[in-house]
Amino acid sequence: MKAHRRQPLYLAFLLHRLSGLGLALFLPLHFYVLGRALAGEAAFDAALSWTEGPLVKFAEFGLVFLLAVHFFGGLRLLALENLPWSNRQKTFAALAVAVSFFVACGFLLRAV
Amino acid sequence: MQVSDHIQVKVWRGDASGGSFAEFEVPQQPAQTVLDVVTWIQRHADSSLSYRFACRVGMCGSCAMMVNGIPRWTCRTHVNKVLQDNHLTIEPLRNLPVIKDLACDMSEFFDKWKRAEGQFSGTQTRAQAVAAISPGEPARRAANAAIECINCAICYAACDVVNWNPDYLGPAALNRAWSLQNDSRDRRHGERLQAVSADGGCLSCHSQQGCASYCPNELNPTASIAGLKKMAAGAFMKKKYRDRHG
Repeated sequence: MKAHRRQPLYLAFLLHRLSGLGLALFLPLHFYVLGRALAGEAAFDAALSWTEGPLVKFAEFGLVFLLAVHFFGGLRLLALENLPWSNRQKTFAALAVAVSFFVACGFLLRAV
Repeated sequence: MQVSDHIQVKVWRGDASGGSFAEFEVPQQPAQTVLDVVTWIQRHADSSLSYRFACRVGMCGSCAMMVNGIPRWTCRTHVNKVLQDNHLTIEPLRNLPVIKDLACDMSEFFDKWKRAEGQFSGTQTRAQAVAAISPGEPARRAANAAIECINCAICYAACDVVNWNPDYLGPAALNRAWSLQNDSRDRRHGERLQAVSADGGCLSCHSQQGCASYCPNELNPTASIAGLKKMAAGAFMKKKYRDRHG
C-alpha cells in the first residue's frame, strides 16, 4: 500500500468500499436462493438445507460482518456529512468496526 | 544504535515526459532537514538538480515534496524523523505535473482556487468603516479554523480523489471556499456555492481525510468540505421547498 494511504481513515474508506462490493456480489446468490421458491417447495427446502452446513454458516458470519461494517460505516459517513464536525473520526471508524465484529460474533454464536 | 555518518538518498530526476531515480550519498548532520539534504545534493553533488524553496521556516509553502511517499514540507521535516533504514526517497509532489526534477507546475492547483471562487469579493469600499465581526461568532470561528492555509499543495498531493478525477477541485481550494462562505463581508456566497457543488466539487470528496492527516498547519480540509456539503444540501432542500410552495 502506498505510504500516504497508511492512515486509519483510508483503511475505513477501503473497508467501506470493499464491504459494499462484497455485498453487491452476494446479492445475485441471495436472489438465486430465494428464486428457488418459484421452482417449488422441495427445491427451496433443498437450497435452505444447503445453507445449514458449517462452512456456509461461517461464510454467513463474514456476510453479517460485511453488512454490519457497511451499515455502521455508512452511519459514520452520514454523521460526518450531516452533523456538526467532530474530531473523533478515527474513534468512530474504530467503533464501527468493533460493533460490527461484535454483531457478527453474536450471529456466529447463535448459529452454532 | 550506531548512527551512520552518511545517508542514502534517492532523488527523482526528470521532467513531464518521465524520469527515474538518481542515488546520492549525503553526509548526515545534526538537526538536518530534508531541504538541507536536497540543497547539499545541488551544491555538492549535482548542480543541475531543480527544486523550489524560499523561506526555509515553514511560512511560504514552496518546498513541499514527497518524502518516503508522504507529502511534507521539506524545510520542517527532520531527516532523523523520516529516515527508513538510513534511506530517504524524495520525489516531486504527487498529482501535479512536473516541470523538472522536484519542481512541480502549480498552475492547475491555483486555477482550481479560481474555479472554486477562492477570491474575496467585498461589498464595502475603504471609505467605509471596518466591518464589525465578533471573534466568537460561529461563522467567524468556522472561517478561523480554515484560514491559515499557505497553498503548499500537500493536501492536494495526499488526495486520492484528485488522483482519480483530475477535474476535482481538491482540498485546498474547497477549504478556501469554505472560509469565504463563512465571511459575512463577502457578497458571492451563492455563486461560490454553485461553483463548489458542481461536478468535481465538494460532493466528490470520499472523506478519506488524507488532507487532514498530512496538513502541516493542522488544518482540516475534510471538515471544511463536510461544511460545504451541508451548505449545498441545505440550499438544494430550500430550492425544492420554494419550487413546491412558491
